[in-house]
Amino acid sequence: MPEKPKVAFYWCASCGGCEEAVVDLAEDILGVVNAVDIVLWPVAMDFKKKDIEARPDKSITVSFINGAIRTTEQEEWVRLLRRKSQFVISFGACANSGGIPGLANQFTREQILKFSYEDSPSVSNEAKTRPQASCQDEGHALSLPTLHNVVRSLDQVIEVEYTLPGCPPTPKLIAGAVTALLSGKLPPKGTVLSPDIALCEECPRKDSKPADLALAEFKRPHSSPIDPEKCLLAQGFTCMGPATRSGCEALCVKGNMPCTGCFGPTSRVRDQGAKYVSSVVSNIVPKDEAGIDAVLAGIPDPIGTFYRYGMPKSILRRKVDLS
Amino acid sequence: MRIGFYICHCGTNIAGTIDAAAVRDFAAELPGVAVSRDYKYMCSDPGQEMIVQDIRDNKLDRLVVAACSPSLHEETFRKAAAKGGMNSFFFQMVNIREHNAWVHEDKAAATQKAKDQVRAAITRVRFHKALEKKSVPVNANVLVVGGGIAGIHAALTLANAGKTVTLVERDSTIGGHMALFDKTFPTLDCAACILTPKMSAVKNHPNITLWTYSEVSKVEGYVGNYKVTVKRKTRYIKEDLCVGCLDCIEACVFKEPKFRDDFNQGLSKRKPVYMSFPQATPKLVTIDPETCIQLKTGKCRKSCAEACDRKAIDFELKDEMKELEVGAIILATGFSAFDPKRHAYYGYGRYPNVYSALEVERLVNASGPTNGEVVLRDGKHPKAIGIIHCVGSRDEHTNKWCSRVCCMYSLKLAHLLKEHTGAEIYDFYIDMRTPGKTYEEFYDRLLQEGVHFIRGRVAEVNDWAMTPEEEGKLVIRVEDTLAGFVRRIPVDMVVLSQGLEARKDAGDVRRLFNIGCGTEGFFQERHPKLAPVSTFADGIFIAGACQGPKDIPDTVAQAGAAAAEALALVDAGHVELEPNTSHVVEEECCGCKSCVPLCPYSAISFDEAKKKASINEVLCKGCGVCAAACPSGSIRQNLFEDEELFGEIEGVLS
Repeated sequence: MPEKPKVAFYWCASCGGCEEAVVDLAEDILGVVNAVDIVLWPVAMDFKKKDIEARPDKSITVSFINGAIRTTEQEEWVRLLRRKSQFVISFGACANSGGIPGLANQFTREQILKFSYEDSPSVSNEAKTRPQASCQDEGHALSLPTLHNVVRSLDQVIEVEYTLPGCPPTPKLIAGAVTALLSGKLPPKGTVLSPDIALCEECPRKDSKPADLALAEFKRPHSSPIDPEKCLLAQGFTCMGPATRSGCEALCVKGNMPCTGCFGPTSRVRDQGAKYVSSVVSNIVPKDEAGIDAVLAGIPDPIGTFYRYGMPKSILRRKVDLS
Repeated sequence: MRIGFYICHCGTNIAGTIDAAAVRDFAAELPGVAVSRDYKYMCSDPGQEMIVQDIRDNKLDRLVVAACSPSLHEETFRKAAAKGGMNSFFFQMVNIREHNAWVHEDKAAATQKAKDQVRAAITRVRFHKALEKKSVPVNANVLVVGGGIAGIHAALTLANAGKTVTLVERDSTIGGHMALFDKTFPTLDCAACILTPKMSAVKNHPNITLWTYSEVSKVEGYVGNYKVTVKRKTRYIKEDLCVGCLDCIEACVFKEPKFRDDFNQGLSKRKPVYMSFPQATPKLVTIDPETCIQLKTGKCRKSCAEACDRKAIDFELKDEMKELEVGAIILATGFSAFDPKRHAYYGYGRYPNVYSALEVERLVNASGPTNGEVVLRDGKHPKAIGIIHCVGSRDEHTNKWCSRVCCMYSLKLAHLLKEHTGAEIYDFYIDMRTPGKTYEEFYDRLLQEGVHFIRGRVAEVNDWAMTPEEEGKLVIRVEDTLAGFVRRIPVDMVVLSQGLEARKDAGDVRRLFNIGCGTEGFFQERHPKLAPVSTFADGIFIAGACQGPKDIPDTVAQAGAAAAEALALVDAGHVELEPNTSHVVEEECCGCKSCVPLCPYSAISFDEAKKKASINEVLCKGCGVCAAACPSGSIRQNLFEDEELFGEIEGVLS
């Protein structure tokens, strides 16, 4: 019996949703488990770093890595996995472009630490103690990973072969990727494993979008009723669909929520947020400054809206600390 | 890749500020640069020949020239590239003159900036693709908008060249402002005598369709192939039946004229059915729906219609929309005279004997409301007349520009008023501007005729007498800047020499035809020196005072130029379109329609069957709005592809 392909799953700065997505394969996961040997899966199985270190280089067929790179430990792990793996798949929005953790790039590391350990209303820390990279406790030397200055996407740290988009990737896309890998029918390196066309293509509300958007106001889902049939952008919700890669089958829209852009841009676009702003703002009705400002007041958090998943990979990338 | 780089000295225009040799040596070291040279005048024949020869000898496949603005010489170097056997669009021009040498003084910094600009172009040009210009056929017909002397002259010139011309005029007659004048400066020949033959020539020309009382309401299409919709307002007259006998006017239920006669600047009255003036062309009456009882209430005994033995009057007629297809359009929509009420301190509208210059043109006109007798609104004949220049010209508070014609027409009116009345004429000017053939001689003549010229901007016109001689007079207060003191000059009549300004609706017209206008509202020519009658919309030309104040000789000259430009376009039979257009990559377009409403040229449509956007590349002007706005990056613009632009940015920043 030939040896089964070896698969690793690893998580970095992420919420765990991508792990859930793997579990969401439901009974399909049994087929996967049968076909492969899982050599690392911290969320479900107990392996140690030294187990991986002990493996020969390139002995793992594929590593699925989710989460952004925030800490020194995460960087160490992904470099290790890169060395041991034939393929690395960047799994989910955080690994692909920084995701929600990437929004931390709006602040400097010092701002983050100060807020988290000193200023946050729920913190009581009069001594202003902060985590240290190393310390002594009852004669034992302890160490902790430290935060990098910025959050990076996986491909800003190591080379990746393929990208599975989504927050999280859908079971269908995961199954497709795994099948392709197991069957050896691999697309060209660097491929994002979902269609390279924007979401409107597969949106059930596409036909309800008017030729002239004429946006007179922006609304937010928590404070305005949402028509379940009509194009969300036409209703004034900042649906990111036109600037977002398809492949999710318009899951959020089908759930009557606007697309927030988790699949990232198409291959032609360098900066998803900038592209979206350029498109949508051009379709605002008022042409005078005061009128435009009034409409834009409906978007109180532009970075959180337009760069929700992609700040580290955008042209904005990070806050620069000039102090 | 083998790039040829050339930097032009432009005499000292560039080399006086930028170290051309240093830029040349810098470029020579950049990756891919096979040839790097500097030359005194790259646009000269030897300069171009150097490029051609280098392309052949050194097998160059990209060309970068650092020189002046692309709007001047891009085409020159594209042709040189083509002559050398290279695709013209493998060329990139760097503007180191207007964008650099002319705006900087620090030579070292300017040279560094030039290096950055050059590196940007050299980085970008690698990504250039071979492109071809598209050729489209041209419709040979021409539309002329505006029936003043400019439109008349342009239409006749084109018609005489055998082109089919449609002349659209908003008013009920052609003739424009010139039809108001009695005589024209500096020759004092009779305006009607030189204008009306041209008006009837337009009417009778087999190649001209004359649509008066009509307005262009929609313009679609592109150079060589415009589709224009014209609204033909009804006069309530069957135009083919009316012979202009005027019996209907005589028969109108209003026995006396009661309504403002616009043609006579309100100095006389007209009836609801009217003809502007006896030589109106076409010779048709018009019924004014604002004042006609039948049209307003439907309750009139319609004596006019009864009086018409040809049964030409029909109150049921409706406006018509007509479509026409033309290859070129000439806009000759003229000017508005400044409203002197805006200068409250000159008393226009408050003192009856303060007149606008246009009113005086009618007063002195032999066929005007007084048959040329200068009689004031109070029935008196003036013994002293003051003419005030620059009313609505050269004024910070209203219009800053010089209206060019006012000095000369003021001199003309001074002459005519003196001739008609024998009055003392006082002419108040800031500077006497008479730059034209035999214009200065005309000024000399007026000096000899005894007109009193007073140099100074008039402060005020009022009727507050301070001395017995001023009783019952208008007093002009002015600082006489030559004599050096403030004067009070009592007169019976004041003439305000109104400046020229853009028509109130020039902005709407500009948008309708998709051309530009300057801050002062006049239509923008493509280049003030080298393309004075062209606009940024290909195939649309401008002539006359719609482009800026000008007198009749200049207007006619410009109209001839516009006609020649239009002729050159439509006679060529086809036109080449710049390939800097955008296109939708169909398999990438998700059909989000974001781009559709943004196109200023209506070039983007949504294909409902395919559910994709589609760009008509013939309509596309290459503005790039859609390519920038496409949220999925599925619209590409030739010469502005992402890698080209990012290459340029990286080049300038690295």
